[in-house]
Amino acid sequence: MIIPAFIVGGLICVMGQLLMDLTAPNITPAHVLVSFVTGGAILGALGWYEPLIKIGGAGATIPLSGFGYSLSKGAMEAVGERGLLGALSGGVEATAVGIAAAVFFGYLMSMLFNPKG
Amino acid sequence: MENKSMRQPTIVVTPEEYKALTKQYTPKPTIVKNVVRAFIVGGIICSIGQVIINSYVILGMPQLEASAAATATMIFIGAFLTGLGIYDKIGKFGGAGSIVPVTGFANSIVSPAMEFKREGYVLGVGAKLFTVAGPVMVYGISTSIVVGIIFFLLH
Repeated sequence: MIIPAFIVGGLICVMGQLLMDLTAPNITPAHVLVSFVTGGAILGALGWYEPLIKIGGAGATIPLSGFGYSLSKGAMEAVGERGLLGALSGGVEATAVGIAAAVFFGYLMSMLFNPKG
Repeated sequence: MENKSMRQPTIVVTPEEYKALTKQYTPKPTIVKNVVRAFIVGGIICSIGQVIINSYVILGMPQLEASAAATATMIFIGAFLTGLGIYDKIGKFGGAGSIVPVTGFANSIVSPAMEFKREGYVLGVGAKLFTVAGPVMVYGISTSIVVGIIFFLLH
């Protein structure tokens, strides 16, 4: 499972690199991350991201497109269980661990460390 | 005196020659190098994620939870390495290979928050944590809600 993760993860990152190098120079990392989350969410909704996870495991879940996939998958599953309210709750519920970890660890490290150089 | 023997500065190059010269002196396109580096660094980061997932599964976690826990672990690692100043070095080499994985997302949270600490704990650290994470969540969550509504209407 580690070699497929390397290849799939590497290729997803290559797409990000091409997005930065071949498009307008004002494409920042923020634009890349937003594109990948949105793209992952749309691909997830179409059912096209799931096969990538089956093949690549962490190679598809660790890139931010995997976060987008979890968001839309969570929203669709919750709609199936609870109806329209699920559209609002499902995405954040499915990604709660990641969001909470990002906020808390991000805050913790920003408080503990100072910028170098 | 010798200056007189020097030829007058002239620009006797045809547009074609000028183009060739420009080509010669512009830095070689680094796209291939960047792509290879992004592939390697992104691949390594995802492989580490896979090793972490596998370890959690061996410890008895169900696959889905192991994946979520591994994501949280990778966020921790990315945030920690950013604090130590190591992630920026990885980023200089790896380009998008270090931006696209969640460790890069963690980096984009810690970097500005750390930088703006002197502006206070609320409007400095607290607000700047979301310089990039904010837009990511706005577009990610909004897309998922639209997806959910469309899914509701179709079923």
